[in-house]
Amino acid sequence: MKPAVLTGEHFMTGDEACAEGGLAAGCGFFAGYPITPATEIAEHMSARLPELGGTFIQMEDEIAAMAAVIGASCAGVKSMTATSGPGFSLMMENIGLAICTETPCVIINVQRAGPSTGLPTQGAQGDMMQARWGSHGHYEIIALAPSSPQEAFYQTIEAFNLSETYRLPVLIMTDEIVGHLSERVVIPKEDVIRTVSRLTAKGRKDRFKPFEPGPRGVAPMAIAGEGYSIHVTGLTHDEKGYPVMTVEAQAEMMERLTGKVRQNLHDIIRTESYRLDDAEIAIISYGVSARTSLAAVEEARAQGIKAGLLRLITVWPFPEDRIRELAKRVRGFVTVEINLGQIHLEVERCAGGGVPAFLVGHPGGTIIPPERVIDTLKETFKR
Amino acid sequence: MKKTKKTPSHPLDDLLRTDRIPHIWCPGCGIGTAFSSCLTAMKESGIDLAKSVMVSGIGCSGRGAGYVKLDSYHTTHGRAIPFATGMKLANPELNVVVFSGDGDLFAIGGNHFIHAARRNVDLTVVCVNNFNYGMTGGQVAATTPYGAKTTTTPVGNPEAAFNLPLLAFASGATYVARWTILHIRELTESIKEALLKRGFSFIEVLSPCPVNYGRRNKERPLETLRAYQERTIIKNNAPPTELDVDFAKGVILGKFVDVDRPTCIEMYDKTCRPRELLEEEKAA
Repeated sequence: MKPAVLTGEHFMTGDEACAEGGLAAGCGFFAGYPITPATEIAEHMSARLPELGGTFIQMEDEIAAMAAVIGASCAGVKSMTATSGPGFSLMMENIGLAICTETPCVIINVQRAGPSTGLPTQGAQGDMMQARWGSHGHYEIIALAPSSPQEAFYQTIEAFNLSETYRLPVLIMTDEIVGHLSERVVIPKEDVIRTVSRLTAKGRKDRFKPFEPGPRGVAPMAIAGEGYSIHVTGLTHDEKGYPVMTVEAQAEMMERLTGKVRQNLHDIIRTESYRLDDAEIAIISYGVSARTSLAAVEEARAQGIKAGLLRLITVWPFPEDRIRELAKRVRGFVTVEINLGQIHLEVERCAGGGVPAFLVGHPGGTIIPPERVIDTLKETFKR
Repeated sequence: MKKTKKTPSHPLDDLLRTDRIPHIWCPGCGIGTAFSSCLTAMKESGIDLAKSVMVSGIGCSGRGAGYVKLDSYHTTHGRAIPFATGMKLANPELNVVVFSGDGDLFAIGGNHFIHAARRNVDLTVVCVNNFNYGMTGGQVAATTPYGAKTTTTPVGNPEAAFNLPLLAFASGATYVARWTILHIRELTESIKEALLKRGFSFIEVLSPCPVNYGRRNKERPLETLRAYQERTIIKNNAPPTELDVDFAKGVILGKFVDVDRPTCIEMYDKTCRPRELLEEEKAA
């Protein structure tokens, strides 16, 4: 579908901004299931898509929603869904299918506090490791985390672009706070928005191999109904797409699936550095907690503590090299996130024991106040 | 060995991935018969095969998608129907056939089946019912008759089985039929009708699984086929409530439902889309 860009200045929630971002990226199909605090995305899409020539469907559960999204993408339409924790758990099965079959799609997780039903109306960042490893087997994934409605808009476009470029599901790991926060969102003119569509199959139909890596290690995609007679399976398969039940085929497929991400980290990873050049303490944060952290950096600097912030725009793949580089020159790390230590574990791993890594975490339900970050900075980095 | 001929050796070769043969199905299994019936119907129906897709779930019958030389999608366990729903809605020009088994479509995938039928998604669903989970070695299914032995009901199944045509009818399917793999002509004609029918079509195909089901229930392969011949009666338009599978009493085959109601896409266009947009599309 053609991108539908709602150019202008708006006052909208993060959820609505995700929906508009999807439409601006050319999303033509949304399948979902109601769940707080992501329902507004489905509601917005149910009103907007049919008038633009796209299709919205509310499925019977999140398993079906994710399956429908993959089916629609295989039929050549940019597709997305949105959910929260319990629904994200149900989607894990078919997120694995999208990874294995290399089907582009976008999944928005408006995180709420868990485990289980948890706090349905209150925010958290507790699904970050689930985003990385929640579907079974080993794989690479891309996840972004917006800090504001404005960024939710741009990141959803970016998620589609990455998904179409690398043929894999891309996650937007937002949260209830950003999702329900109303702020100014400026949507630019259509011609300045960059959108990417997957490379599609060309050439002789009888010789086409649907999983033979092309540019960047990504295979051009044959769309259902174009006459390529492709076979697509969640079983371990070769470049022809045929199931092959051997150790060698598994190794080759895993190399294709993980290699296309691992070989292009420079193109995929996005971070933002704030006052890190002379920083002695590096705060690592993402999503709404990065706003907490930004306030903490300002206050700490005012109090003479040389703190800086590395904001993760993409959380997965993890910016390992950047953390390792920082570990050589800072006195320590502080990770700020609304869980009891998830990305903190990654920071600790990359710090490699060279410098200490601390967590300012929270069990979920609200944002972390900047004061808690400052207290940690003061306590742990006393001169 | 030298290949001497390039001419097809089987009338369905052009629709088969012959480079994937031999298939995985056991001797005496009925899936191959149901599968070739489905392919014959697709060929004879005159539908545009380049615009036709087969979607399967997981299990022995779910391997169907792997052998057909069309765009074919072997999805996750139970999810063939929602996958097919997304595909059909995204591109209404596609003919989407779901070929899968009873465990896949009616236990793990049961919820998806009833909702696709309710929505009247324009799909043709062929369910090979072999009364058990064959691929995993013969466990009890939602279709296993009461008392039957399987590896997870070693002293007999304590539960009742689904009457699949009744379930399909109650859920809103616009075409419902049941045949056995012995009724190959009727089955092929039925699938052909279903392919050309707009709306959710469902065909149950009773099929032997001698290795995993027959063996444990003291039923020799030929006895199963004999039951298909002697213990069945063709009764079109039979009330769906009478369609329980009980070979002791006799099993009813035939076409039970063939009605028209607007499809999911037609209703969506009519209800949700602005009229101007539809007129624009028509003009284009």
